[in-house]
Amino acid sequence: MPLFDGKDKSRYATFTRRTLMMGGGVAGVFLVLAGRLYQLQIENGDEYRTEAEANRVSQRVIFPPRGRILDRFGNELATNRRNYRVVIVPEQATDGVQSAIDAVGRIIELTPRQREKVLHDIAQNKKFAQIPIAENLSWDEFARLNLHLPYLPGVQPDVGTTRAYPYGAEMSHLLGYVAPPTQADQEKDSDPLLAQPGFHIGKRGIEKAYDVQMRGKAGASRVEVNAYGRVIRELSTLPGQAGEDVYLTIDCQLQRFAEERLAAESAACIVMDVETGDVLALASTPGFDPNLFNVGISNDQWKALTTDDRKPLLNKAVGGVYPPGSTFKTAMALAAVDNGLEDLQVNCTGSMTLGNHVFHCWKWKTGGHGHVDLHKAVQQSCDIFFYEVARRLGIDKMAAAAKALGLGAETGIEIPGELSGFIPTSAWKLARYGVPWQVGDSLSAGIGQGYVLATPLQLCVQAARIAGGKAVVPRVVHDVGAARQPRVPPAALPFSQKALDMVRSGMDAVANVPGGTAYAWRITQPGYEMAGKTGTAQVRVITKAERESGLRSEASLPWDLRENGLYIAFAPVSQPRYACACIVEHNAAPHIQVQAARDILLFAQQRNLLQTPTGYPVHAAQAAGPKRT
Amino acid sequence: MISRPYAAARRTLSIVDKLYEVNWGLVLLITIIACVGFAMLYSVAGGSFSPWAGKQMLRFVVGFVLMIVVAMVDIRRWLSLAYPAYIVSLVLLVGVVVAGHVGLGAQRWLALGPIEIQPSELMKIALIMALARFLHGQSVEEVSKPLRLIIPLVMIALPAGLVAIQPNLGTTIILVLDGAALLFLAGLSWWWILPTLGAVVAAVPLAWRFVLHDYQKARVMTFLNPESDALGAGWNITQAKIAIGSGGAAGKGFLQGTQSRLNFLPEKETDFIFTNYGEEFGFVGCIALLILFSVVIGYGIQISMSARSQFARLLSMGITLNFFFYIMINGAMVMGLIPVVGIPMPLISYGGSAMLTVLFGFGLLLSVHVHRQVEIPRHSAGII
Repeated sequence: MPLFDGKDKSRYATFTRRTLMMGGGVAGVFLVLAGRLYQLQIENGDEYRTEAEANRVSQRVIFPPRGRILDRFGNELATNRRNYRVVIVPEQATDGVQSAIDAVGRIIELTPRQREKVLHDIAQNKKFAQIPIAENLSWDEFARLNLHLPYLPGVQPDVGTTRAYPYGAEMSHLLGYVAPPTQADQEKDSDPLLAQPGFHIGKRGIEKAYDVQMRGKAGASRVEVNAYGRVIRELSTLPGQAGEDVYLTIDCQLQRFAEERLAAESAACIVMDVETGDVLALASTPGFDPNLFNVGISNDQWKALTTDDRKPLLNKAVGGVYPPGSTFKTAMALAAVDNGLEDLQVNCTGSMTLGNHVFHCWKWKTGGHGHVDLHKAVQQSCDIFFYEVARRLGIDKMAAAAKALGLGAETGIEIPGELSGFIPTSAWKLARYGVPWQVGDSLSAGIGQGYVLATPLQLCVQAARIAGGKAVVPRVVHDVGAARQPRVPPAALPFSQKALDMVRSGMDAVANVPGGTAYAWRITQPGYEMAGKTGTAQVRVITKAERESGLRSEASLPWDLRENGLYIAFAPVSQPRYACACIVEHNAAPHIQVQAARDILLFAQQRNLLQTPTGYPVHAAQAAGPKRT
Repeated sequence: MISRPYAAARRTLSIVDKLYEVNWGLVLLITIIACVGFAMLYSVAGGSFSPWAGKQMLRFVVGFVLMIVVAMVDIRRWLSLAYPAYIVSLVLLVGVVVAGHVGLGAQRWLALGPIEIQPSELMKIALIMALARFLHGQSVEEVSKPLRLIIPLVMIALPAGLVAIQPNLGTTIILVLDGAALLFLAGLSWWWILPTLGAVVAAVPLAWRFVLHDYQKARVMTFLNPESDALGAGWNITQAKIAIGSGGAAGKGFLQGTQSRLNFLPEKETDFIFTNYGEEFGFVGCIALLILFSVVIGYGIQISMSARSQFARLLSMGITLNFFFYIMINGAMVMGLIPVVGIPMPLISYGGSAMLTVLFGFGLLLSVHVHRQVEIPRHSAGII
């Protein structure tokens, strides 16, 4: 058999033919690949280039520093402090997030609730996101963590900022607090900052009212990121705009003094300038620690705040409404003088009968005040006199006087949550109850009871208007950043000078003439004397049986059934500058509010508060002074 | 002088003669392509020789020496080693199934002392050698005889089946393609080829139902609609297309690719390395590389046509087509033309086993060229 035959030749021919076919196939495949490359790189190249850029470049939001809140002398009431915190980046935690958290927990204290929250946040976020493990660490804790960092993969130290309130609860109602925005907040406000984890917005108080101005504008940083979102380098930055500082008319020291003075009570106290309406102190006790909210308030702490019947979350100065009691008699006296009753004389026997109802004077036990004129009626707070005034004037004239003093309508102060109180009219009662106004209703209203309700701030405005004779409007914000807040010059009051003089004289006698209801707690330092008007408001109906068996002493009643103590005042009596209203809810000892107001007014005057140069920003236009020609 | 006397073929060449006969143009091309690979590995490491480029260069040096050594060995020696190599590879594949440890989710590696080898890589060469040897003994008519055809089919099916259960879809496809190509070149009748192609098309739905693993099905599904799961399984395809496409006409420039440097591309140093090349060198660079590849394939075709024995012809074409199938599947995969299968770009992707296998194959190709005048009789009686 030959080693090579025709079959070798024939298969060589077949091989050659088929190899060339394969070569053609190879060429075809390469053409397809080249065509695909043309399609990807030439036809759609720009599109893919854009996508690659979008992959590579990420926008990071830079939080603008929040504006501070300062008092009239430039003291910081709310500021930003460094927040030492520790975060975890799950994708970098090579030993697992659980063991990383455990390791951190051996260095600093972590509550089970914190651990739970971290694990929850890790599950909710992307693997490259920074999840806070613990915030607001002390420097010691932070330093210890940094020391252990090489052994804690995925754990990073971080320094952010957090809101700080150096005076804590003492400014809590005035300033409010900041907290993370809720879902509802985010729907209302389209600012992209709100969607950023860790961003806080103002809730309550000035923080809420001036939130947008203090928030500032977000900056942006264009960074190159890798596929896990880690920043490789910064490409460019667009600086944000810091939030604007808010300057208040408040005096930090007076505010703190008022808060401390009333710390044991459930109370409110406002001090304002009778000339300008500048609010110098706005206290409401008890308060809460606003620092708790930005750090993260615990359930127990929140529950304690919401269930306390002294309502620590309520700003009583603007959001509490009370029957004004005898302080309302100042408005009655003004209306009496301007309606021809300046010479009214009444004999107080302790009670008066209207129809089949007996109205009592507070001094009914000892036989009443006897012969009373307007001056004595204000000084000694005679109810019978003002029943008679109310009977003669009718509710609508009384209401007009009360409204001229600022009662019955919101004052428009810049603090959210203000209530309007209430001053009834005859038309209102008919519309509301379908019953005509009764003379008896006027009598109750005449001593600040019945339907009459007012906020402590309104009572302060009332005192300021009587003292200064001008329709001042309370204001607490002086400047926002470089912008001085507009101020309307106060209008004139619709009362005669004679009426104002008579009421001021009566109020002077209340505190400075023996027999006055506040005489025992007067200011004795010469030049600082105050004028005032006391008030007591029942929060329950005194039954006939109780009256006959003799009233129980207030101190023996349960706290929430005791009377509210009220006091409005101004000082110095010779040339009034400071007006004050003070309410102590359900006070055990009478006239705690008078003593507090006395101390607060004396403190303000001795500080020479309104004569001290302010620390408001000086504006270019004002600094330049008048031009010389 | 078309058929030389058998005796003339027996003369042996000296080493110097053989070195002179080596196709140095092909060797230069291979080296250039490998250098493109080093540059890419340097680039995806962010401009660093570690961890990939340096090692890869070392492997290339080792593989280069291996290639030249293989080229020096007489083609008849390779003929006689074909079956033993096949059997050894088959045993190692069984060993992988029995004792192999799990790497990358699949059993592919076998530890022999300090060396870890991938028997499926060895099998690619061994199968080509063994099939070439078997078909060397068959005339065109004999190839298509049913009883004879069973033998090469079993030779293909055994390793393909063992690799498929690892599971390693990419290598299975390559083995089947290599085997089919050799049968085709050996003259398998169109009466076999066309019905088989028809049956394969008909079998696709059945394979989908009963054969493919879930992860393989997921790859196909995400290939058909990558945007449906752009952050999950569709990520690779989407990001690969973005990388290549963003290169545009001229590319972003060496070391300027962002997609791989910023880790948007998984397996950027292995299966997806071509995307980085496309991003940095653009359409012009890609076409240039395709031209280099086609010249290598052209060399292979030319060498096989000039060989005087059927074994040498089939062996050289088998090696050449094996090289081509890698390029075809990897290229089509990274360009989003076919689903993702784990096949590297030869000479460019990082990987020791693949590099050594490819260079061993080129060694065989060179050996065919060096010994192209050797004639070997069809019948086993004439085989040394």
